[in-house]
Amino acid sequence: MGAGLSVMSSESAEPAVAGAAGPALEIRGVSHWFGARQALADVSLTVPQGRFVALLGPNGAGKTTLFSLVTRLYGTTTGAILIFGHDLNRAPSLALAELGVVFQARTLDQDLTVRQNLAYHAALHGMAGGEARARIEGLLARIGLFDRADDKVRTLSGGQARRVEIARALVHFPRLLLLDEPAVGLDLAARAGIVALVRALVRDEGLSALWATHLFDEIEPQDGVFLLHHARIIARGEAGEIAAASAGSLEAAFRALTDSNPGGEA
Amino acid sequence: MTAAAIARRRLGLSGYAICLAGIAARELLRLVHQRERFLAALVRPLVWLFIFAAGFRNVLGVSIIPPYETYVLYEVYVTPGLAVMIQLFNGMQSSLSMVYDREVGSMRVLLTSPFPRWSLLFAKLVAGVAVSLIQVYVFLAVAGLMEVDVPPAGYLSALPAFMLAGLMLGAIGLFLSSLVRQLENFASVMNFVIFPMFFASSALYPLWRIRESSEPLYLVCLANPFTHAVELVRHALYGSFEPTAFTVAAATTVAFFILAALAYDPGRGLMARRGGPKEEAQ
Repeated sequence: MGAGLSVMSSESAEPAVAGAAGPALEIRGVSHWFGARQALADVSLTVPQGRFVALLGPNGAGKTTLFSLVTRLYGTTTGAILIFGHDLNRAPSLALAELGVVFQARTLDQDLTVRQNLAYHAALHGMAGGEARARIEGLLARIGLFDRADDKVRTLSGGQARRVEIARALVHFPRLLLLDEPAVGLDLAARAGIVALVRALVRDEGLSALWATHLFDEIEPQDGVFLLHHARIIARGEAGEIAAASAGSLEAAFRALTDSNPGGEA
Repeated sequence: MTAAAIARRRLGLSGYAICLAGIAARELLRLVHQRERFLAALVRPLVWLFIFAAGFRNVLGVSIIPPYETYVLYEVYVTPGLAVMIQLFNGMQSSLSMVYDREVGSMRVLLTSPFPRWSLLFAKLVAGVAVSLIQVYVFLAVAGLMEVDVPPAGYLSALPAFMLAGLMLGAIGLFLSSLVRQLENFASVMNFVIFPMFFASSALYPLWRIRESSEPLYLVCLANPFTHAVELVRHALYGSFEPTAFTVAAATTVAFFILAALAYDPGRGLMARRGGPKEEAQ
């Protein structure tokens, strides 16, 4: 992301992304209320094609609400969400076809095999037969679980199940991957494995990824970062540049930014 | 081929068919893996049939009313109602699983499918009915072994009636699932939906008997769509068609399915108002 560190006021628009290709994900001025409680306040965010972008924020900041809007669990009433240029409200089918999601909660069927879980997902996207089988074989090899294909998900470790969820999100050839706290609850080695897998997918296959987290060590200096705090984006830029303001510590920078933006009810 | 072209190809009619088949296959696989659930669904009506009905056969005589042409044993009278009770529990249980799915997220996976949301709900509904039909016919087979006989052709002629009854109860469950925000509330669905629907109906006693004791209760039973589902099935089992029951069941199915589709439509906002993540929606 070419834009330097800027602590944005909420009215500011996201700086244009470099290159001819439009962004993978563009969120423009999205607000959301649950009754009187504002869960998102004028949130704008861009994931350029082929980039790993982190959405960093403490629990309760609004990350899950934002993901619910992008996955169209709720309609977007204020602002707009575009996936590869397809407006989620006007062309939901085309937008959703480009989107793969790994939810925070474990969402595999425990009693079904790995292959059955992936085949179910393929069917949800209208894929079956040889095309689906070939894709599933390829993904199982990619995540290193080819030999577990016919085992029940129940028998997998937490890290393995997460890898299957990443494979599932990719079955229908989406170009944008959305991950909501995917490494939470895993041991250190499994966490590192998941982060490495997604980074490799972005690097090797040109996927674009939006990775929501509250863990600073999952973010690398060259990643684009959006800091979400009390329903607002309070900073955006490259992780390294944000951290530079606090002697290279992203965590310290985050503390300083959240202290100066106490937020609260919007 | 561009990504958009690939997407368009998959979103065609064959894509719909694949999606529907995939959702149904998942429900059937889950049924195979949850044998306890299958047995529980079967034991419940059998207990009613062989304990409750056997006990009451001498207390409750059933006179000759259509579709019966002779006096029938009480067991024979309650069998259609108990078969539809299986579907009632099934419909409500799939509504329970929808609420659960929404909390743990597999419902969210379903809803990220690019197909129109109403078609996903319809697929889910059809899959649930397929499961309930298996349970119903196993129940009828066991009842048949125990000499609760139905004319052989009745098993076939009742199939469309069971399908409609299953769709109706599933549609009601689907709608309820959009109203119930938390899983714990399912106990109240049992108390306020399943029990009243079952007891205030013609499942356990003919309506004319209810009318003898209470006119208001008779009217309640008459307004209960479950009564009409039971009567539709009862007549179909004996090869006759009940137009009133069919009309009420079909209209109820359509009405509740439309309500459920509206409730799950992201643009209408019912989900958005009700389904916020806990810590972000307080």
